[in-house]
Amino acid sequence: MRRPGRALFLARAPYRRRRLRDAARLLPVLGLFLLLLPLLWAPDARMTLTAGDVIYFFWVWLVLIALAAAFAPGLRGGGSGDEDED
Amino acid sequence: MPFNLLVLACLLYVAFLFTVAFVVEGRAAKGRLGWLRSPLVYTLSLSIYCTAWTFYGAVGYAARSGLEFLTIYFGPTLVFTGWWLLLRKLVRIGRQHHVTSIADLISSRYGKSNTLGVIVTVIMVVAATPYIALQLQSVVLAFGVFAEAAPDNSRPLDSAQIAVWVAVGLAAFTILFGTRNLDAREQHHGIVTAIAVEAVVKLVALLAVGSFVVWGIAGGVPDVIARIDAADLTAWQVQPGRWTGLIFLSAAAVICLPRMFQVMVVENEDEGHLARASWAFPLYLMAMSLFIVPIAVVGLDRLPAGANPDMFVLTLPLAEGQGGLAMLAFLGGFSSATSMVIVESIALATMISNHVMIPLWLRLRPGAAAADDLRQVVLMARRLAIAAVLALGYGYYQVSGGSGALAAIGLIAFLGVAQVLPAMIGGIFWRGATRTGAILGLVTGLVVWAYTSFLPSFGPDAVLPAKVFAEGAFGLSWLRPQGLFGTQAMDPMIHALFWSMALNVMAFCTGSLLTFPGPVERLQGAAFVNVFEGAVGLQRWARGQVEPEALLAMAQRILGEEAAQALFQTAARAQGKEGFLPDPTPAFLDGLESRLSGSVGAATAHAMISQLVGRATVTVEDLMAVASESAQILEYSARLEAREAELTRTAGALREANEKLTQLSLQKDAFLSQISHELRTPMTSIRAFSEILTEGDLPAATVARYGQIIHDEAKRLTRLLDDLLDLSVLENGAVQLNLGLASLQGMIDTALTAARATRPDREFLVIRDLPSEAIYLRTDADRLAQVFINLISNARKYCDAPRPELRIAVRQRAGRVTVDFIDNGKGIPKDAQRVIFEKFARLSDANRAGGAGLGLAICREIMTNLGGSVAYLPGQGGAAFRVTVPLRLEVLAA
Repeated sequence: MRRPGRALFLARAPYRRRRLRDAARLLPVLGLFLLLLPLLWAPDARMTLTAGDVIYFFWVWLVLIALAAAFAPGLRGGGSGDEDED
Repeated sequence: MPFNLLVLACLLYVAFLFTVAFVVEGRAAKGRLGWLRSPLVYTLSLSIYCTAWTFYGAVGYAARSGLEFLTIYFGPTLVFTGWWLLLRKLVRIGRQHHVTSIADLISSRYGKSNTLGVIVTVIMVVAATPYIALQLQSVVLAFGVFAEAAPDNSRPLDSAQIAVWVAVGLAAFTILFGTRNLDAREQHHGIVTAIAVEAVVKLVALLAVGSFVVWGIAGGVPDVIARIDAADLTAWQVQPGRWTGLIFLSAAAVICLPRMFQVMVVENEDEGHLARASWAFPLYLMAMSLFIVPIAVVGLDRLPAGANPDMFVLTLPLAEGQGGLAMLAFLGGFSSATSMVIVESIALATMISNHVMIPLWLRLRPGAAAADDLRQVVLMARRLAIAAVLALGYGYYQVSGGSGALAAIGLIAFLGVAQVLPAMIGGIFWRGATRTGAILGLVTGLVVWAYTSFLPSFGPDAVLPAKVFAEGAFGLSWLRPQGLFGTQAMDPMIHALFWSMALNVMAFCTGSLLTFPGPVERLQGAAFVNVFEGAVGLQRWARGQVEPEALLAMAQRILGEEAAQALFQTAARAQGKEGFLPDPTPAFLDGLESRLSGSVGAATAHAMISQLVGRATVTVEDLMAVASESAQILEYSARLEAREAELTRTAGALREANEKLTQLSLQKDAFLSQISHELRTPMTSIRAFSEILTEGDLPAATVARYGQIIHDEAKRLTRLLDDLLDLSVLENGAVQLNLGLASLQGMIDTALTAARATRPDREFLVIRDLPSEAIYLRTDADRLAQVFINLISNARKYCDAPRPELRIAVRQRAGRVTVDFIDNGKGIPKDAQRVIFEKFARLSDANRAGGAGLGLAICREIMTNLGGSVAYLPGQGGAAFRVTVPLRLEVLAA
């Protein structure tokens, strides 16, 4: 429900800030997807992992960390959180 | 390497930690923390997630189950990269409500219920005890590794003694730095900094061992990759259920573990630190697990088959003759164990003292709130609790005999603390979550966890008889601890996870949906769920009859004299009073409670103030009253707005009326001079000519002419007076109407003929639609014709078009007939339209043709008497008048 007094449309900068928050909310979903993906690689239910998988997991890990690091400054800037809560 | 050297190194390391903690405490006391409050220290302190279980156990885990150990770090990674969703809210709530522990959070959210605080405390203590035992066990095992490798094989201490000394040392450290003072925010800078140092030590140690293994023993990265591929693959299988379940479990644990909650929420200095930690902490975790697989693979390769994989981090360097590296690794493991135990025992001690010991104390000694020095009582309770927690851990270690792989115990503890998750997440995102629901969920989760995971972990016949394992409790096969409801095909760990969480959530939701929360509970729920929307504008206290002096006395005993007096003085000044005793307003009681809850927990603080204030706090009725009050204010302001709009409208109407009146008054003045003039002109000629006539001696023709002039002027006077009289009769409603059936067409014909007398010199084109005029009206035909004549005469008089036209349009609708008279002149200006029907109104003096400005006024009065109206019709291309008359006029009053 929209609270009274909240703007329906935003200028460019606040709009970008809100989308950044959306991205931050979606990041763990992306992470979970990437971490569960290898389960689908093996043909049967029990899968065997190789050195390639180890390297894959560490890459995923690194990408998540890099994305979180990229998001963090923008999120901290608008961290008062009073304009976009749900 | 000599065993004694190891003990010495250990002691030196502990002394170093003491010094760090001591120096930092000193600086904190002087308020000079500087970089010690940086995000870096915060992130490093979060690393107590990595205990000895990580340091030693992860390698063993990897050696036994392959990559599954990674799930333990993936969960926290997801939680921290998604900090915006959950952790931010948790930290904000923790800071705003002075939360001292996870039990305090839950109890505070659900109406400061101490029952909930006790339940959460019990869960946490039960789950943490094996975990603490695990840390002791790891230290003992590590000592054992060195003792075996010692050349002289002399063992000055056996394992039991080591465990005792470690436990005692940890208790001493924790009591010394964890219970120095009763801080309002329950923060321990010295300990946090010491933990940050330990975080660096364990990371460096693990990286050093890993680097040595990869580049010292194996031949670099490609060789390690080849070894991983060549390792026994059958053991390296991942079950999708376990993989997913363990990621969830570790994500839940990182939020709910008491020690994680302590460093993440309670010790948080600045919410901005969380943003940094959101990526820095996962990075730390990744660095910690980077070399786990290589160490495991190389260890399996190089060490004899029977070697304990949990100790590879130590045994690998020792086997390669790297004593110094092994020492570093040992210190790393020691740090992991000690930091975990210290923070865990502080967190648990806070819970135990705030939710169990102090409430018990207050219950046993009802007057205690105002009588004793509670600060000392609380601190003593904390110290006892710390000692008790460590004693429990030691006892568990002794009883369990240090058996079992490290990983298994760790997972069981994780699952135990995860039982708090539904009540916590539900509490901060769902206002409908209630105390009863939370109690039901927690108790259900605790029971199911104990039955399916914790008790079976001791093995058959230890706590649960083997018969129960095989046939289920009470011989009911669907109650088998590892096959509830016939699900024995599941992995035992996932089975326990699935059933405990499912039943927990179910009980929590059902309980919440079916019960009605109390007023304090609803207030707290709103405050927690809407924490980002500013303070909830409700007071938790009604105005009490408490003596402020008693409050001050109590506050002094918890906060200390200086702090309490400062608090009271500030509050008094804010109320505009001098001295130390403010009025016990609801706002003040609220602030005091929040301040006290930082020291003794929300439930206890609430109970203590209730004891003094005397009566229960707000009631549901109060809540409703506040809510309806604000609704009333809204409604009132809406009403005010409506009233204001109405006033504005009225003012506008009044202004319009005033303008009209002013204009009329001016016109009246003008008319009076006009009528004087009108009356005087004929009178003057009558007097002049009659004077001439009285002198006599005039020719007969002249006499006749003068007589005619006198006669005409007298007629003019009479007509004027007739008009005035007529108007006055019409206005008084005393007119006599001669009703009868008359043809509209006939009336218009009559009117046209009669009006031809006005300016007979003008050629006028009249446009009519005769069929539409074939209407018979029941009305006063003469009067109506009089109106028509007047309108047509006006058109003849005033229409200024070179080829004047008059259009007469008749329409019949709904028992009324309208007759429009439209000419093609320039019409009547807009500002004049309003006054033309007023008495004495005349547009211009230029064209006045004997009229006194009464014609239209008479018309209007006539139409009113005939039950109709006459109005100016704008926008017709010329002057246009519409006469509306009822088809059949009924006379109401005879």
